[in-house]
Amino acid sequence: MKSATFGYLLLAALGLVAPFLFYPVLVMKVLCFALFACAFNLLLGYTGLLSFGHAIFFGTAAYVAGHAIKVWELPPLLGLLAGTAAAGLLGWAIGSLAIRRQGIYFAMITLALAQMVFFLFLQASFTGGEDGLQGVPRGTLFGVVDLADDRNLYYFVLAIFGTAFWLIHRTIHSPFGQILKAIRENEARAISLGYDVAKYKLLVFVLSAALAGLAGATKMLVFKFATLTDAHWHMSGEVVLMTLLGGMGTVLGPVVGSSLIVILQNELADKVGSLVTVIMGAIFVICVLAFRRGIVGEMAAFHKRLLGLKA
Amino acid sequence: MTEIFGIPIQALMGQLMLGLVSGSFYAMLSLGLAVIFGMLNIINFAHGALYMMGAFLAWMGLEYWGVSYWWALLLAPLTVGVVGVVIERTMLQWLYKLDHLYGLLLTFGLALILEGLFRDLYGVAGQPYTIPDELSGAINLGFMFLPKYRVWVIVASLTVCIATWYLIEKTRLGAYLRAATENPKLTQAFGINVPLMVMLTYGFGVALAAFAGVLAAPAMQVSPLMGSNLIIVVFAVVVIGGMGSILGSIVTGLGLGVIEGLTKVFYPEASSTVVFVIMALVLLVRPAGLFGREK
Repeated sequence: MKSATFGYLLLAALGLVAPFLFYPVLVMKVLCFALFACAFNLLLGYTGLLSFGHAIFFGTAAYVAGHAIKVWELPPLLGLLAGTAAAGLLGWAIGSLAIRRQGIYFAMITLALAQMVFFLFLQASFTGGEDGLQGVPRGTLFGVVDLADDRNLYYFVLAIFGTAFWLIHRTIHSPFGQILKAIRENEARAISLGYDVAKYKLLVFVLSAALAGLAGATKMLVFKFATLTDAHWHMSGEVVLMTLLGGMGTVLGPVVGSSLIVILQNELADKVGSLVTVIMGAIFVICVLAFRRGIVGEMAAFHKRLLGLKA
Repeated sequence: MTEIFGIPIQALMGQLMLGLVSGSFYAMLSLGLAVIFGMLNIINFAHGALYMMGAFLAWMGLEYWGVSYWWALLLAPLTVGVVGVVIERTMLQWLYKLDHLYGLLLTFGLALILEGLFRDLYGVAGQPYTIPDELSGAINLGFMFLPKYRVWVIVASLTVCIATWYLIEKTRLGAYLRAATENPKLTQAFGINVPLMVMLTYGFGVALAAFAGVLAAPAMQVSPLMGSNLIIVVFAVVVIGGMGSILGSIVTGLGLGVIEGLTKVFYPEASSTVVFVIMALVLLVRPAGLFGREK
């Protein structure tokens, strides 16, 4: 327990000094995707549900928040909340359909429904179609803090990430989280123990969708625009990859995985062009074939083995 | 001019025909997915990418080596089938004992690799593929012109689908296949080489996708993205039909193609989403799918 607390404190310290060491916008991007992956991991890692349409929650929240801030002129915090709520609502709609089937079908249904909403966005006028929703002002927080400044915005984003991460951590370690794990391990037994599995699945789906939305809305605020890329199935694949690479079902895995992927994409974007997709695909294949526990999962297993040898 | 519901009959028949054409592709692809899922317990996300690869092989054959359409129709599926066998032997065979999700993730990675490679080589713009002379032009039916190539696509894909159905349901090889799907261990104990059959099933399934790709090449532009756009709709088709029955896949595929075509006539805005809406309705009314059995 003590080493875990120490680890979190170290991460928090790193988060506080990061904008002085790296380009703040890049770190904010990392934080947004880390939150996205953590929200996704709640579903895949802890409940065993593979949603292949999570980008739609990320993208929807970005559009709604952007629209609320730009057109309705809401303050940034309310805009983010509006985006999060919209993603949660959409999560409720998609989730209640998708949980009617299990396993592989669940993945296909979420992918198909997300694609349906994607097509709606493509046609709708408020999304700006192919151009996206551009020029969203960052505004001021509580009317005092000017978020146009990258450092100010950075600490706001860090606070959002910290709160959401704490919420996810609490969820995982609560009785609710234990029931989710029971569903992952043996759904039939969870039902026979008297748990209303469908209710738990839907609840965690909505929570995961809303938090994915919070991540998308925050990313929109950082970059001041929302585009179809955020809602595309490629993005859904990316969040799966981040979680898989870092380690599904580990608390820190998605953070590690998303940091690596975002930095990798950032480094490679100018050098290899469309071959980035090929590299992402190759990482997928290697992860599935060689280390399914992901980086954090493998490290934890290695640590356990070391302790086992010592004892 | 004759009209039905205020729509000229020629436009209606034209869209119906186009709907049958895309329905043929849905049928062939969902059939391949169902056959592969039955044997390997894997949803082949790379199916769309391999369909795209089939179309590209046909295009490359004609462009670089002067391989005719008819030879491409044979050679592209064979090549992709061999690629499939290699994928099965080197990667998929290690996943059978694991959760189904890993198969989906691995084939998703493969789809990204294939799509990325072709995009890097040829860009996202489509490449035109000319219809072979024998099939170009149209038949005059009096009330409408029927493009020959569309008729050919429907006939060819229906033939292939029905041949596959016959192979699986009516022949001895098919009986082995069904036995191995039901209970691999017992089938193996009867002296049937199940791993070999699994390998060939995957090869056959993806060859079917490549065949569809070659058929699609002259009908639409050959583009690296053609597969991924299609595969998501095919997933919805599979959810609607369920993967339990082969004839079910064929009927569902064709039917949804027709519905999509008619939607283009009556309410064009919804044509790209209608299949997904039907999927949502089916999930509400009959979660196991039209031809599916709840396990």
